[in-house]
Amino acid sequence: MANSYFLKNSLTKKYWMAASGLFLCIFLLGHLAGNLQLLLPPEKAKDAFNAYALFMTTFPAVKILSYLTYFSILFHAFDGILLTIENNKARPVNYAYSKPSANSAWTSRYMGILGTAILVFLVIHLWAFWAGMHFRSIPTYALADGTIVKDLYSEVYNAFKNLPYVILYVVCMIPLGLHLSHGFASAFQSWGLNHAKYNNLISMTGIAFSVLVPLGFAAIPLVVYFMY
Amino acid sequence: MKLTLKIWRQSGPEDKGAMKTYPVEGIDGDMSFLEMMDVLNEQLIEQGEEPVAFDHDCREGICGMCSMYINGQAHGPKRGVTTCQLHMRSFKDGDTIYIEPWRSKAFPVVKDLVVDRSSFDRIIQSGGFVSVNTSGNTIDANATPIEKENADKAFDAATCIGCGACVASCKNASAMLFVSAKVSQLSLLPQGDPERKSRALNMVNQMDEEGFGNCTNTGACSVECPKEISLENIARMNREFLKASVSKE
Repeated sequence: MANSYFLKNSLTKKYWMAASGLFLCIFLLGHLAGNLQLLLPPEKAKDAFNAYALFMTTFPAVKILSYLTYFSILFHAFDGILLTIENNKARPVNYAYSKPSANSAWTSRYMGILGTAILVFLVIHLWAFWAGMHFRSIPTYALADGTIVKDLYSEVYNAFKNLPYVILYVVCMIPLGLHLSHGFASAFQSWGLNHAKYNNLISMTGIAFSVLVPLGFAAIPLVVYFMY
Repeated sequence: MKLTLKIWRQSGPEDKGAMKTYPVEGIDGDMSFLEMMDVLNEQLIEQGEEPVAFDHDCREGICGMCSMYINGQAHGPKRGVTTCQLHMRSFKDGDTIYIEPWRSKAFPVVKDLVVDRSSFDRIIQSGGFVSVNTSGNTIDANATPIEKENADKAFDAATCIGCGACVASCKNASAMLFVSAKVSQLSLLPQGDPERKSRALNMVNQMDEEGFGNCTNTGACSVECPKEISLENIARMNREFLKASVSKE
């Protein structure tokens, strides 16, 4: 695959890295918007969230989007590893003394480490909820219209009543925010979108995105733990 | 002032090489860094030791030869200068200074601090030119109308001296800033327009072939560039390459 048409040169690898990254940013927005229902009081949230979970796992257009999301996560990680291996090969002998802090932000230099942290979190996160919804047998719940569905809400609720789990969730939003703080704007540069007219807009949006989205995700377990 | 120098010594391309420590005395703040190296070498010659090999030529900041990675930064701690324009007043008495060659697979060490940068020449040969007829009917460059803004941007890109500080500073040893400056300089001008697609494709492919790393947009290259070439050029090359790869016949 490394030598295929889609990944044959350094720039093409970057275009796909940026495209899959921005697609995952859009996914994050959608995921957060849907999950904000968990902020409702449990009695309301249980029905709303379970109905939403049913829609998200059965509606055909959403299914296509979810497969695209799985693919993007795997591809983004694969392309990242490929780029990292090539980049390490490009400097076989390291400097005895290097001072990278003089010329670049550390988040931009540790994207691979931050990305790996996010991937580890994703495995834990998918195992907890996604695998439960798709593969494990979990308790069921009758929606307002009588449909029997898997009770994903209670799975989430119980997990977010567990302090170590809440701490893990909140802490794991930090590498996400740091990864986004470089990645969001960097994707536009990779696509050649760099212009005095809109550079500020891109970097401000990137900063806002990297702060607000992880904060939103971190707020959900905190609210559930402390308020409900 | 008195200094302790830790310098990379490597007798030839096949030698493993190592950092060696040299004390040096009688350094004046008004000396350039290269003059300090000259003092060290005279001292070494007097002691019957092999002087440190380093590249240098114009010593006025325009040739790009003086490739030295000083205290963890290409051309040392100052912004927008080459090593020859770095003066010893930037250091203090008693300082320890690390001096290393550019580190990149595509810039193999020839000896000590001297690296072979002919990979840059091969990138230029692959497309960093305009094919003009020079058989006696050459058109006067000034006869071709060029938008002022584009002329300025092309000039800014053309100030790249091909020193390789961008590669040396990049954590991925990527040559994107150099290649993009050359692609930009020519694609912004009407004379470079006819070959813009093949130029972008060929120069990027040659860059990859030489073993340079990939760009991760850290921006270190532009900060360390003695000519302060802008990252705008990398974005422009990304556009040029994308357009060329989807439309080249």
